[in-house]
Amino acid sequence: MKIKILIFIIIWLVSFFNFSYADNSEKVDQISKNLRCLICQGQSVYDSQSDFALSMKILIQNKIDEGKNDEQIYDFLKSKYGEWIVYDPEINKNTVLLWVLPLILFIFGGILILRKVSIK
Amino acid sequence: MVKNIKLISVVFLVIVSFFILLKGLNKTNNYSPNLNSSKIDFNFKAKFLYSDEETTLYELINDKDFSIINIWASWCLPCRDEHSFLLNLKSLDKLNIIGINYKDNEINAKKFIKELGNPYSKIVVDPSGVNSIELGAYGVPETILINNNSKTILKKYIGPLDDEKFAELKLIIKNEN
Repeated sequence: MKIKILIFIIIWLVSFFNFSYADNSEKVDQISKNLRCLICQGQSVYDSQSDFALSMKILIQNKIDEGKNDEQIYDFLKSKYGEWIVYDPEINKNTVLLWVLPLILFIFGGILILRKVSIK
Repeated sequence: MVKNIKLISVVFLVIVSFFILLKGLNKTNNYSPNLNSSKIDFNFKAKFLYSDEETTLYELINDKDFSIINIWASWCLPCRDEHSFLLNLKSLDKLNIIGINYKDNEINAKKFIKELGNPYSKIVVDPSGVNSIELGAYGVPETILINNNSKTILKKYIGPLDDEKFAELKLIIKNEN
């Protein structure tokens, strides 16, 4: 009985260790999927095996180990490489058209449809 | 009326997309060496190539008025091409050249220096490439000119140095003061 409990405790501890490990590298994947590999064509840092991307993944892991959160890591990389490195563009005067245009087209389309319906 | 709206909307769309594409033509987004923050706000640790001691970035950029940080590797061919420019820059009094050996084999790196000469006052190694990322580098070769007194990045070159960049570097160092 004692041995069973001991084995159970060991397995429980080992699984706990694995969980914490898996959790961390998942976080690296999650962040690196949102980063553009700047020297590759159309690949994310997560997908790429280039030297740049490999180093970037190590750096992200280091930053996580230092206790930085996602936002701080993105901000750090943006300050080094510019807005271009993140896939999700911020709303500023350069990207406002990107965000607003679909909305304008949607409203315009809606007006067209309404007009057509009301004419008939 | 309906016909009119169709025509107007098509013309409107064509004009809008024309201007978007026109604007896109003038802008090259990948490979933008524009600096977002020129202030050096990081202080990484690195090991020297020729000894096992560790140093920090601030210690490295302490001597003289200007530092050039050059990221190089023995496996990088363009680094060979730009090496003569670095050797040439070595003669400037106000300048301190620091090498970062990027993802390299120690023996090959030393062989490279022995073969081509050593323009660097200090060489640190970056086996994982993390330090280069901290510097905002894309790869090898890359050259960063730093004003040691204000701890700011003055200029950054991606790719090997050539005659034009070499002249510009000298001019910046001459004019800043």
